[in-house]
This record gives sequence, structure tokens and C-alpha cells, in this order.
Amino acid sequence: MSGADSNISDRRKRNNLMLGGVLLAFVALVFSITIVKMLSGMGDITNSKRIPATEQTE
Amino acid sequence: MTDASLVETGRETEFTDYIALLKPRVMSLVVFTALVGLLVAPVSVNPVITFASVLFIAIGGGASGALNMWWEADIDAVMKRTQGRPIPTGRVTRNSALIFGLWLSGIAVTMLGLTANYLAAGLLAFTIFFYAVVYTMWLKRATPQNIVIGGAAGAFPPMIGWAVATGSIGIESILMFALIFMWTPPHFWALALFMNDDYTKAGVPMLPVTHGRRVTRNNILGYTIALVPVAIAVSFTSIGGPIYFAVALVLNVLFLKGAYDIWKRTEKQAEADKYATERKMFRISLYYLFLHFAVLLVEATAKNFGLNWAAWPQWF
Repeated sequence: MSGADSNISDRRKRNNLMLGGVLLAFVALVFSITIVKMLSGMGDITNSKRIPATEQTE
Repeated sequence: MTDASLVETGRETEFTDYIALLKPRVMSLVVFTALVGLLVAPVSVNPVITFASVLFIAIGGGASGALNMWWEADIDAVMKRTQGRPIPTGRVTRNSALIFGLWLSGIAVTMLGLTANYLAAGLLAFTIFFYAVVYTMWLKRATPQNIVIGGAAGAFPPMIGWAVATGSIGIESILMFALIFMWTPPHFWALALFMNDDYTKAGVPMLPVTHGRRVTRNNILGYTIALVPVAIAVSFTSIGGPIYFAVALVLNVLFLKGAYDIWKRTEKQAEADKYATERKMFRISLYYLFLHFAVLLVEATAKNFGLNWAAWPQWF
């Protein structure tokens, strides 16, 4: 393999690794979001500082 | 730009060329203002959701940048400031930029909707549409008011951040929007005053090109005067306070002085010192916006530590 071919091969490898890293990070992020949503109850992503109505009446 | 130019450069598209399509410097402002909008909201959000939401807002902002570069490839090739971008240099084809921008837009909006809420996703979709279609395709080449109306696109991120946290739009998020919206014209016109030749060459009807520098100077002063009450009004909302008020007062005095200095200058004076005052005003404008949002974060942190400024008036 010539120097130029080796250079191209290295660059392709680097690009593929970076793309792979981005895709892996995306999968990890979606997984984390899913876990957080499951733990906190679907649709409620915030920890509201307002007092729930049930506690107010007590 | 055709695929032939890609061949002419004799180099394959790199991963970093696609990153450049996202306009990373603009993205950093989007990330910062969206994060502040999210963090100053009176509701705490899970850190994973915060990170993911800001990331998707940033990707959405970047996608609109890619769509902007796809549409403006002809102008970018003419202007000195943009000649090195991936499409004019032939590192990425126009078609690839379009597909990349559209895919990222779809992913960002969908993921923000699933991660946070559909109001935030809707606002992000509207922002991308506004920047790519209303500003880039329509206003930019049609009217010297392009950046006045187009500035709305850059003003949405804190509102989206606020919507992620609260699921609503409040007076605070409207004022943060208004702050960036009113700041945009003096910021860009200060730049246009010393980059006028570039815009003239590209045929972009910026205010100095169509109405001359004198009118531009008048407009910079006018918009800066209109910006001051907006910036100060934020002090008297739930996200403001005495720290913000003090910093905003100083920054607005400096910004007003910069605008006044620009207004009182003649063209001869400006040409003699190579637009030093205009360049200074442009630099001040960058600090101006950054510090306003940074101090909002300081106020939010102070409140989290129990400083409630009970006597501080809250008018809005």
C-alpha cells in the first residue's frame, strides 16, 4: 500500500470511528432518557416545586 | 455547487466538514441561551433530560445552519467571511448539506418532543422553519429589514429552554426572547458597517448597502434605545433581581455609549481609523448578550441558595 493509500485509509478509519462514537452516544442517550422517564413516570420529567393538592388539604 | 467541484478539490468529505455545516459558533450561543432559559425557570428538571433537551435544541439550531448553507452556497462563495465554508470549498455537496439538514431537523424536533414536551418541540420546529425558510430563503435577499425580522430565529432558544422546564410560555421567556430580538439589529448592523464591501459584492441588501451608512448609524442608535427598557424590565420579573439590575444597568450604559459613538461619527472619521468604533461596538455587543444571560444564571443560583430578595419589586 502506498503512502497516499495508507493516508486515505487512516482518514476513513478515523471518520468511521467518529461516526460510530456519535451513534453509540446517541443510543446511550436515548437509553438514559427512557430510564429517567420510566423512573419518574411517563410525561412528568420535572420535580415541580408546587405542593400537590393532596398535601395541601391535609 | 456541483459534485464536480468536490472532485476538483481531490479530497474526501471529512466528519469535521459536517460539523462545520452546523455553524458551531452560532450553536454555542444557542446552547448557552437555551440552557439559561431552562435553568432559570422556577421548575427543576432532571439533569439527563436537561442535557438531552439542550443537545436536541443545539442539533436543531445546527440543522437550520446546514439548511442555510445549502441555500446560500452562491453568496458564501463570493463573501470573504464565508468562502472557507464546506460547500463553497467543495468539501460537501449542496445536496448532501440539504439531506443532512433535513434529517437532523427531523431528529431534533422528534427527540425534543419525546424527551421534553410538544410545545418545546413545536417551538424548535418553528425556529428551524423561521431561520431556514423565512429568513434565509425569503427575507435575506429581499429586504434590508432582513436581520430585524430574521433575528427572531436566534431569539427563540431561551423560550424553548423555558418551555422544556415549564411546558408553557411565560412573561419571563417572552422578555428573554425580546432581549435577543432587540439586540440583533445593532449587533449585525455594527458588523455590516465594517463588512459592507462583502455584502455589496454578494448583493445582500443589508441596510448599509441599500440605505447607506448614515441611516444605519441612526438605526443602530434607535434600536439600542429601544433595547434598554427590555433589558431592564427583566430585572422586575421572577428571574431578575438586584444583581441582574446592577449588571444590566452598566451594560446598557456601555452599549448606549457605543451606539451614540457610532451615531455621531462621520464616514471620514470611520474610514480614517478603519471602523475602530464600529468594531468595538460589535465586540461589546457580544459581551452584552453573554453577560445578561450569565447574570440571570447567577440570580437563579443565588435564589437556589435561599437569597430571595423579598423587598425587590416584581412588576411583571
